Amino acid sequence: MSNTSAKPTQTKPQEVQGRSFWQRVFVRKGISEGVLLPILAVFTALVIGGIIIAFSNLDTLAAWGNFFQNPLGALSSTWATIRDAYSAMFIGAFGNPVEIIKQLGIWLKTSESKQLLTAIRPFSESLVISVPYILAGLGVAIGFQCNLFNIGAEGQLYIGGLATALVGYGVHGLPWYIHAPLALLVGALAAGIWGFIPGILKARFGAHEVINTIMMNYIAFRLTDYLLSGPMKSKGGIPVTPNVLPTAYLATLFPSPVRLHWGFFLALGLAVVVYWLLFKTTFGMEIRMVGANLRAARYAGIPVTRTMAIAMAISAALCGLAGSIHLLGVDHRMVRAFSPGYGFDALALALLGNSHPMGVVLASLLFGFLRGGAARMQSVAGTPVEIIRIIQGLVIVFVAAPEIIRGLYHLRSSRHQTQATKKA
Amino acid sequence: MSQTVLVNNNMEIKSRRNVNIGIFLMVEAVAIFLLLGGTRGMISTFVLSSRRAGVDIAAPDLVIPTWVSILIAGSLVGLVSIWQIVKGFKRRTNAVMITMVSLGVGVFLIWATRGKSLNLTGMLVSSVIQATPIALASLSGIFSERSGVVNIGIEGMMLMGAFISVVFASLTQNIYIGFLAGALSGLILGLLHAVLTIRYRMNQIISGAGIIILALGLTSFLDRAFVTSNPALNNPGPVLASLPIPLLWRIPVIGPILFNQSPVIYVLFFLIIFTHFFFYYTKWGLRIRSVGENPKAADTLGINVYTLRYISVLISGTIAGFAGSYMSIGSVGLFNEGMSAGKGFLGMAAMIFGNWNPGGAFLGSVIFGFFDSWQDKLSILKVGIPSEFLQMAPYIATMIILSGFIGRSRMPAADGTPYKKGEA
Repeated sequence: MSNTSAKPTQTKPQEVQGRSFWQRVFVRKGISEGVLLPILAVFTALVIGGIIIAFSNLDTLAAWGNFFQNPLGALSSTWATIRDAYSAMFIGAFGNPVEIIKQLGIWLKTSESKQLLTAIRPFSESLVISVPYILAGLGVAIGFQCNLFNIGAEGQLYIGGLATALVGYGVHGLPWYIHAPLALLVGALAAGIWGFIPGILKARFGAHEVINTIMMNYIAFRLTDYLLSGPMKSKGGIPVTPNVLPTAYLATLFPSPVRLHWGFFLALGLAVVVYWLLFKTTFGMEIRMVGANLRAARYAGIPVTRTMAIAMAISAALCGLAGSIHLLGVDHRMVRAFSPGYGFDALALALLGNSHPMGVVLASLLFGFLRGGAARMQSVAGTPVEIIRIIQGLVIVFVAAPEIIRGLYHLRSSRHQTQATKKA
Repeated sequence: MSQTVLVNNNMEIKSRRNVNIGIFLMVEAVAIFLLLGGTRGMISTFVLSSRRAGVDIAAPDLVIPTWVSILIAGSLVGLVSIWQIVKGFKRRTNAVMITMVSLGVGVFLIWATRGKSLNLTGMLVSSVIQATPIALASLSGIFSERSGVVNIGIEGMMLMGAFISVVFASLTQNIYIGFLAGALSGLILGLLHAVLTIRYRMNQIISGAGIIILALGLTSFLDRAFVTSNPALNNPGPVLASLPIPLLWRIPVIGPILFNQSPVIYVLFFLIIFTHFFFYYTKWGLRIRSVGENPKAADTLGINVYTLRYISVLISGTIAGFAGSYMSIGSVGLFNEGMSAGKGFLGMAAMIFGNWNPGGAFLGSVIFGFFDSWQDKLSILKVGIPSEFLQMAPYIATMIILSGFIGRSRMPAADGTPYKKGEA
């Protein structure tokens, strides 16, 4: 694996005297290590991802085959592959800046908006993807704060989607201001109950939540298969549910083809709520205390069992909401491959965001852009979209083992460890 | 794995648990009696003879009167449940419990076969086949966790082994090189896990999750980048033929199940016996166990904790890679994205079920294998239960087992804790 080769061979970080170049650059500008490390982790992962992209390109490989005849050709071919892939990714993520500015000018002059909307569509698509990311990331982060590993986010997403779809197409005659919230609420509730099960099993019987949540993922997938091919199937051959009623739609902010919907602001609002819950309420403190030191929490009289189970339920409810909001805002119906792994990605998001709502939002936006861009990278540069998952795996490794990054960039070790590594 | 007992009052728990089990058995008895309806005068036929390599291995059919057997089993479970509530079985509770649950499953099979016939030998043969990757995964887990390192990444290592072995077997058209390459790829991921968790003292669960995501990404990425456009790479030739052991394979029932299987299954049997012998009768096994129980004490006695942990995790990775190779070139003959489908986690659950002992883990794996294989057998019988629900069975069984319903398991004391020389 490429990242084993990335392990530092330099002296131990503690022995590095004085500040390194990078630290001097960044510290002078007032960027603390808590911010610097994740940035460097993502940067390193992208570099390694670029190398993998280059060496999965057949032309580049052929050029390297001729390395001894034409060493410059090999290098330039490598560089060209990486540049093409990442620039396709950039345009896929943000749209073509030149085009956007041009269309903006046209819109200002003629108020003809169709071309402009098409130009900003990639940007909005990235934000659309970041919505389930933010919510699922928040969910996993709450689990982390309580020292619970919720790897069942993906299944909870499906459960949330299923329940929301059921309310969305099954309940008639409600005005939109009741129907949509009700559908979201039911989705969150269903997923919350789904997550409460592994939570209570962990808190009460010590059953390992990692394995249990993963098992519940598989159960959720099978349940989805069953419901979509049977009880919840719409008329017609393919296994999908009927469309939800328009009263349950989360309205889009712009006309088609831009699909950005109000769920984006809902997600940001929920991030604030989660921040408030975790850091401004007694219950939030109890969650963090149980996560930091179980025994101390018990001696302090905190109802540990209840706190753990409820924290897991809240975590799952947020992941369920990720599915619900995505369903009401974008897909409008439940399909078999409902989520392309948003729930699995959430683990990386919570780690990258240091389990803090603000950090999770930033990490989610980043991965929203990455995934949004990866789709274009696949169609233009022919790089499979799975590169995202490799980058995610690398980010997880680098964020959770900051010593690697410190060694690579000669950063001095600080006394503050990241949240994730503390919970060994 | 920090399985924490959250309730202090042990005695109270015990008596409550006894009553709980009693109630559970009572429910089971009622459920069995519910099966009685409409089975009067029906007969269940279990075919025991089988046909292997063109040779019929004769065995008399097992003919069971459905109604009577359900009645007897139901009454037995009912009586046992009453005894359990009133008196309790004390130390034998677990054995009684397992017997009663298997009786329930057996009765369900009898009921499902009413008026029809089911090839029981064939079902058991496929149970063992399905159990093989799970059992290998559980052995992999035992090696790692006995030394105190939790290895959630087994799933990812299996996936990597499955992919790499197919590619190498296709390139060389030699299945043994495929197995070797698969095991080596597992070893490399094991090395990554070891470096991250032992050297960098990264949280073991996060490292494992990172490895899973990385393996999922790498295999899917490489599959789409190279293999999809070049199907010759996913064509490892014929799978390993089953190897009948002379004379023994013609024993009715037992022969086809144990002595006419893929050579990998014999390797598995050997590994189980070897692992047991290794851990309980050799110096090195004792040392690894002591490192997993109390690394500080082991260190004081001059045992090199780090080296032993490295070796154990590497062995664990190798076995996991081998298990993955069996899944692809050993049984299906090609690679599918995400083909490990939770087998690694089932293996970990089997390990916990077996109390971190090879024999018990194998028993657990066979149970999972049975539930894994029963869906296609039962679908032939048209039980009326949707196949999706039958597919959930192994996952639900895992959760029940993990909840300590069948006795609380005791894991190695230092499992999951990084060790740092000179720290308390």
